[in-house]
Amino acid sequence: MSDTVLRIDKLTLDLPSGADRAHAVHDLSFTLARGEVLCVVGESGSGKSMTASALMGLLPGAVKIGGGRAIFGGRDVLALPEAERRALRGAKIGMIFQEPMTALNPLMRIGDQISEVFEAHGLLTPAERRARALALIEEVGLPDPEKIIRAYPFQLSGGQRQRAMIAMALALEPEILIADEPTTALDVTTQAQILDLIAEIRQRHGMAVMFITHDFGVVAEIADRVIVMRHGEMVETGPASEVLAAPQHDYTRRLLDAIPSNAVPRPERVTAAPALEIRNLRKTYRTGGGWGRAAREVRAIDDVSLTIARGEVLGLVGESGSGKSTLGRAVVRLVDPDGGQILVGGDDMAALDADALRRARRRVQMVFQDPYASLNPRARILRSISEGPVAQGVPKRDAEARARELLEVVGLGADAADRYPHEFSGGQRQRIGIARALAMDPDLIIADEAVSALDVSIQAQVLDLLRDLRARLGLSLLFITHDLRVAAQLCDRIAVMQKGRLVEIGPVDEVFLHPRDPYTRSLLDAVPGASWADGGSPARAEAI
Amino acid sequence: MSDFWSRFSRNRGAILGLVLLAAVIIVALVAPLLFPKGPWQMVQRPFLTPFATEGLPLGTDTLGRDVAAGLAYGARVSLLVGLVSTLVALAIGVPLGAVAGYYGGWVDEAAMRFTEFFQTIPNFALAIVLVAILEPTLTSITLAIAIVSWPPVARLVRAEVLSLSKREFVDAAQLAGLSNRRILLGQILPNAMSPIIVMASLMVATAILLESSLAFLGLGDPNIMSWGYMIGAARTVIRSAWWLSFFPGLAIVITVLALNLIGEGLNDAMNPHLNRKGRA
Repeated sequence: MSDTVLRIDKLTLDLPSGADRAHAVHDLSFTLARGEVLCVVGESGSGKSMTASALMGLLPGAVKIGGGRAIFGGRDVLALPEAERRALRGAKIGMIFQEPMTALNPLMRIGDQISEVFEAHGLLTPAERRARALALIEEVGLPDPEKIIRAYPFQLSGGQRQRAMIAMALALEPEILIADEPTTALDVTTQAQILDLIAEIRQRHGMAVMFITHDFGVVAEIADRVIVMRHGEMVETGPASEVLAAPQHDYTRRLLDAIPSNAVPRPERVTAAPALEIRNLRKTYRTGGGWGRAAREVRAIDDVSLTIARGEVLGLVGESGSGKSTLGRAVVRLVDPDGGQILVGGDDMAALDADALRRARRRVQMVFQDPYASLNPRARILRSISEGPVAQGVPKRDAEARARELLEVVGLGADAADRYPHEFSGGQRQRIGIARALAMDPDLIIADEAVSALDVSIQAQVLDLLRDLRARLGLSLLFITHDLRVAAQLCDRIAVMQKGRLVEIGPVDEVFLHPRDPYTRSLLDAVPGASWADGGSPARAEAI
Repeated sequence: MSDFWSRFSRNRGAILGLVLLAAVIIVALVAPLLFPKGPWQMVQRPFLTPFATEGLPLGTDTLGRDVAAGLAYGARVSLLVGLVSTLVALAIGVPLGAVAGYYGGWVDEAAMRFTEFFQTIPNFALAIVLVAILEPTLTSITLAIAIVSWPPVARLVRAEVLSLSKREFVDAAQLAGLSNRRILLGQILPNAMSPIIVMASLMVATAILLESSLAFLGLGDPNIMSWGYMIGAARTVIRSAWWLSFFPGLAIVITVLALNLIGEGLNDAMNPHLNRKGRA
């Protein structure tokens, strides 16, 4: 291509000795053309972010450039002295990060942070900087620029912060925009808006965009070309449409297969007795207040009623702040509800005193989101799993035998029992978490974002396990997630929450194909790559 | 464990500290064998300079006592006071901090206000008052040092417990129906051990300094030879007989330095993620 802006030539990044492999990136070559969106896709540890860091000169100290060149504007960026590289950063290559809260200085007003970009490069007068900052804020679609320019990062929402980051990256009209997982921390509806914004800016400025992501849905939405990386090597590259439709490499195919599709399976209609019945549950958080000022009230759970039948999987879907996690935690009384009933096997969990609660807790168990924080790092797996049953009065030997059995059930092998959590990967830890929940022989398991922290291929394995356990053990499951595609894979019914209220609940196919609530519809529309995943129309899903 | 040791031994200062401390401990242990007559016995005429007389390598003091014997017996007192007072301080601070951090609410308020009450009074002044009120015996000195040094322990443990109890594995333990006591003792405190151990090693050093300072002011146990007492007794003749304050001072410096080096080594070895970042 004639208008190539960046050419990477056999880039190799060395990891320090003692790491699990020799190179973070090995022999990577690609080009980036003007006005093109190149998606670099891979699972965690594939070296995709390292490549971006190398271009920006932001590599961690232990990682060294082992070879290769990155030609930009006729010069090798990797060989530039620090001063020249600094001039390049921001001016010619802009970057946006995953977590907009930590990427912005919390003590600086948005307008000052944008102006600082000009200041750092010694451009414009203060008055002009302010004018440009205002124009940029308007360009990235932030409401009320005059107000935003004086706002601090904490006063903005996640999506607004990411827009502010993009405004900073655009300030000097760079030729290349590097976006490192810019939408991963955002809700789906916000993600869709940010993706639109990036596409629009690319068009208007003719910028080249290098977009790093782990999500093939995002790729389908935005990419012109794709690079698939694994273990620091490029396994496949090509136009997005070709890679998505006809992947050449095994690994790409496996990644694509692992993505929960939008095809909705016909749910089993379950009509058995309820495992859980929630009636008019309420929880309000109050912050601040006192001395005559009104307290800020957040209704985390606002009069929610629902039931889960025995053997049923209910998906609880919502964006961050919708109250879905609070609901899950209220059911097990990790959060005390303000009012309402939580009936499990005839007992009202909300009304139990501390002692009765301790005994009743066996009935509802939880699988947590963070596989690294949910296991005691100083306890062997055996103890983590058997401790609960022992506390409930099961003889120690029986509990331990059962723990080993359960480790087999979740596909880890009984010898895992004698090891410590740090010896396991994220997916394996999540299996241990499931075994721990099963050990209590519960009526209901609550999975709170249980697969959200995992790579897609691992996510698919854990979902398979849950599906398999459900078939074998007749589990009832409350599956809390922000990811509609995941919910569609596993659940019989879907409940959608927004701002503490239950806006819609129904069988999965009805909710997905004929959503009644406008909010549900907007959620479904915002899923990245929706049209690609279900073949452009809901008809295919109906056919299944 | 072997992993811990390999990280610890990578720090040369820590190894040096360990060697120095081992030397001090050995001297303390074998003191009765080396100096069977004890530290109070007059063995020669006063003010003998060091390295001048056979059998008296560090000379004699104002009353003709052997300085080397005083140092060896003083090591026992310093180490004993340092260790015991730290243990007592931990015994007060750890439970108080753990309970405050875990239960929160008014328990936390009460415990922290109580802690602050001790923190508002300067350590050393409080120690002097305590020793002056209770007669200066080894027990009362140890107790006084413990009483002035537990507040930071309580604060540290509270902070650790606060952050650990927000982890999901604590939620999981609660769901398993474990009692609060078992969650605190079995799940949370073992994970808070590293910073406590590091702090304890540094507290031993501080306690030794405190004890020496008290003895220097004449508030030591009159029946026990300690480094601080030796320096205190020699301060009037510091111009004419420098060795009388120099050698006990050196002993204090070496012991405290050794403990600080060990503490830093422990810190690096136990919190590898915190400390190796900047150095990689």
